[in-house]
Amino acid sequence: MAETPLLEVKNLSVSFRVYGGMLRVLDGVNLTVHAGEKVGLVGETGCGKTTTMKTILRVVPQPPAVINSGEIRFKGREVLKMRQRELTDMRGQGISMIFQDPTAALNPVFTVGQQLEAAIRYASAESRRMPRQEVRRRAVRALSEVALADPERLLDSYPAQLSGGMRQRVCIGMALSTEPELLIADEPGTALDVTIQDQVLRLLHRLVEEKHTSVILITHTLGIVRQITDRVYVMYAGSVVEVAPTRRLFAQPSHPYTQGLMAAVPRLSGGGISDGIPGRIPDYMNPPTGCRFHPRCPHAMPVCKRQKPALLAIEDAEHQAACFLYDAPERVRAYQQEGGLT
Amino acid sequence: MLNNASQPDHAVGRSAIDPHRLAQIERRNRRERWGRAWYKFSRNPLSVLGLIMVVTITLMAIFAPFVAPYPQHAEPFTDFANASKPPGGQYLFGTDEIGRDILSRCIFGFRYALVMGVAVLSLVVPVGVLLGLVAGYFQGTIIDTIIMRVTDIFLSVPPLILALAVASVLQPNLTNAMLAVSLMWWPWYTRLVYGLASALRNEYFVVSAETIGAGTGHILFREILPNMVSPILTKMSLDMGWVVIIGSMLSFVGLGVQPPTPGLGTMVAAGARFLPDQWWIAIFPALAIVVVVLGFNLLGDGLRDLFSAEES
Amino acid sequence: MQRQADALRRLGLFLARRLVQSIFVLFGLSILIFTIARVLPGDPARTALGARAPQETVDRLREEMHLNDTLPVQYTYWLGDALRGDFGMSLVTRRSVTTDIAEFLPASLELVIFAGVLTLVGGIALGTLSARYKDSWVDNLIRILSYAGVVTPAFIFAIIFLLVFGLALDWLPSIGRLSEGVPKPPLVTGLITVDALLAGQLATFWDALQHLIMPGVALALGSMAQEARITRATMADNLNKDYIAAERALGIPERVVMGRFLLKPSLIPTISIFALDFAANLANAFLVELIFNWPGISRYGVNAMLRKDLNAITAVILILGVVFILMNIVVDLVVGALDPRIRLRAARSD
Repeated sequence: MAETPLLEVKNLSVSFRVYGGMLRVLDGVNLTVHAGEKVGLVGETGCGKTTTMKTILRVVPQPPAVINSGEIRFKGREVLKMRQRELTDMRGQGISMIFQDPTAALNPVFTVGQQLEAAIRYASAESRRMPRQEVRRRAVRALSEVALADPERLLDSYPAQLSGGMRQRVCIGMALSTEPELLIADEPGTALDVTIQDQVLRLLHRLVEEKHTSVILITHTLGIVRQITDRVYVMYAGSVVEVAPTRRLFAQPSHPYTQGLMAAVPRLSGGGISDGIPGRIPDYMNPPTGCRFHPRCPHAMPVCKRQKPALLAIEDAEHQAACFLYDAPERVRAYQQEGGLT
Repeated sequence: MLNNASQPDHAVGRSAIDPHRLAQIERRNRRERWGRAWYKFSRNPLSVLGLIMVVTITLMAIFAPFVAPYPQHAEPFTDFANASKPPGGQYLFGTDEIGRDILSRCIFGFRYALVMGVAVLSLVVPVGVLLGLVAGYFQGTIIDTIIMRVTDIFLSVPPLILALAVASVLQPNLTNAMLAVSLMWWPWYTRLVYGLASALRNEYFVVSAETIGAGTGHILFREILPNMVSPILTKMSLDMGWVVIIGSMLSFVGLGVQPPTPGLGTMVAAGARFLPDQWWIAIFPALAIVVVVLGFNLLGDGLRDLFSAEES
Repeated sequence: MQRQADALRRLGLFLARRLVQSIFVLFGLSILIFTIARVLPGDPARTALGARAPQETVDRLREEMHLNDTLPVQYTYWLGDALRGDFGMSLVTRRSVTTDIAEFLPASLELVIFAGVLTLVGGIALGTLSARYKDSWVDNLIRILSYAGVVTPAFIFAIIFLLVFGLALDWLPSIGRLSEGVPKPPLVTGLITVDALLAGQLATFWDALQHLIMPGVALALGSMAQEARITRATMADNLNKDYIAAERALGIPERVVMGRFLLKPSLIPTISIFALDFAANLANAFLVELIFNWPGISRYGVNAMLRKDLNAITAVILILGVVFILMNIVVDLVVGALDPRIRLRAARSD
């Protein structure tokens, strides 16, 4: 692990200024992606996955968002300190992103071709000097790669003329057309029905394998994580609560939230549908003190209310969880002796 | 906090049949909604300023004889000894060419501006809304076609121009000016309500009311209308400003309030002859118009922000 | 090729449909105006001739004007004449109303078009600036000025301009379209600025432009402020859209994202309400032309209204109706060109 990671996020905190106060949406996120790695990011809706990714690309709208603290390093360079020019260089060729809702992510008043060709045109200094026909040729290729028939015609179509599945494929084609080193895929296919979602994910998987692209895959579906990713981050209410190589996470979920998440997955064999995790995602205006999960946690201890737990190693540094249960045994005993949580 | 709030609702869930309890909850929710709305509204200082301006102007207009320093100057009155005095101690806004206090006349001018606005809106809104509701609900029928084609005709010429034309063929006075403006203003409400009603008529709550056999009147006024109160109110507040402007324009060309009655537009027109030397005669009534319009615009914008925030 | 032919066919269909609609609306408008003009108390023939004219002259004119027939018959005669471009004589000028309109309409069009250009260019520029530097002092200043613009009637601006720039400072000419002694350009469009340019008379162009500035700006300020507010709101809204984030995330430079991918969708509401702005400018021109003694159709119309010159009143309103309807069609075409969703919807409803 001596080489510089491709992407390193340290202690990132982001708030949203809204009517009547600040929403503290990200509360110290830590995340690392190495070259060639496929990383999963799971967690409930609204836990800050998308905000983290948009912040990495610096495309989160500011205002209302405010980046309070933290570091984001892409290939060793600090993203939060980049000038506009450097950012534009990093985006596209360095990192690109597939947005959650393909309908919202396509500009409704431009044709697919106008948007795709702009992405290809501005990808690098060389591509800016490319003749029009070459840009067009690459655009056609980008659409055929995502298995879209009749790409010539598609380029002249407006997003409103395409089906949901086609739009999703266009978005994937667009994100890959700049040949990024790191691809962020935010719940690809969630907006589609299950069979098409499956096709889209298979396609995405095949393409990143072929191109050796590093990936951050955001999803609700644990099955997909298991199939595709090398390592998984679990987020809850704006923080990473657990990280582990995929196999180890499924074999030994350690954070109480991860355990709840796994138990909430309906299985065909076994006891039917579980109750899920009781309670709901906290109010970000006045988040719970200490560990944000403590009001819902079956193992909550007094210390959880006072103090925010850091990521602690479980067996080794590859598997970490942010939970006081994994502190040194004598401390855990001391925490538990403080008595029940009122 | 979260637990406290959800507790009573659970209780209702179990004993949902108790109507007394339900009414109580309903009342509490409504009170909370108003409280929240007021809180949001009061967060924007400009909206509050608009409300204060509108309330102050309204009170000044109602109690003009008691507020104005020289109420008799709003009537036929001359005092050539004090004619064309610049703004100063005795006459805060100065006096006009025949010695009338401009401040007093502006305060009475608010009266005619507001009377015009209120009268026009109270004529126009019921008619416009009713026609729009009916046309929207019976979308695609002959009723829709007739109402909306007629509306289109009225909308095909800028309303001020038609109002000027109508006012010009009638006797020039405040009543006829109000009639002329009203005659041209209703189509804007018809079109607004038509758009809203034709969207709402396919909503589930309307369809379900139809399914259980509710009468047309019930559907129009109890199901559809309550859902468009906020855009109508917003438009009314903004329109108060526009009607005041149009009224002052009619008065300016001599088709509205007639001298010596202190209409703000009439005063601007009369004072314009004395520019630039006796600037105060025209400028203060002009400012008075701007203040009225500004107040209603700030209030209307505040309402719009409030309602659009409510929706999202 | 096929696509272009399709687009042309759709455009033709759209225009045909709008023209048919417009004819119906104008027909309705003519009935409305005729009713307004004829329902009023008093005898149009007597009004036309004046109180001292002998009774038999009045009777002859009544016969000529078909005033003894029923209203529908009168309307048919009136419409027949109007369709032939004959609106009768004007009481004010003692000339054919058609001649008057041909003379005064171009002046009004020049003023309203100039104000329209100012409205769009100024409104979009200010709105974009405001959205780009949202919540900064630039934004706050523009928003305060916009408010002032929206709530101040055009005739008040006109009076203030006349007072300050015309009389007190004497920077700009305050009356009419051209200074005395400046040669008139040969008549082509009737818009003096355009005609002067066509004829290469730069001095005349410059003089005409100076005359345009005060009434044009007084007319434009209100709608410009309105447009600036709408542009700002739409841009600020669109700036938070996912597609802007997505385009930025693809590495498209900020200049292209803002100037192309944000600007086009944000212009749609701005352009859509331009028809209303144009209507407001047409209406406000009534007072602005009066104040600056601008020899336009609106000033002519106000004088006609004050003198109860019915022939002129009906003709002026009908002509302004035609101008407004044409403007609406142009705006719809531009919005359709900007927004494919509207085109697609129109194509489906064929």
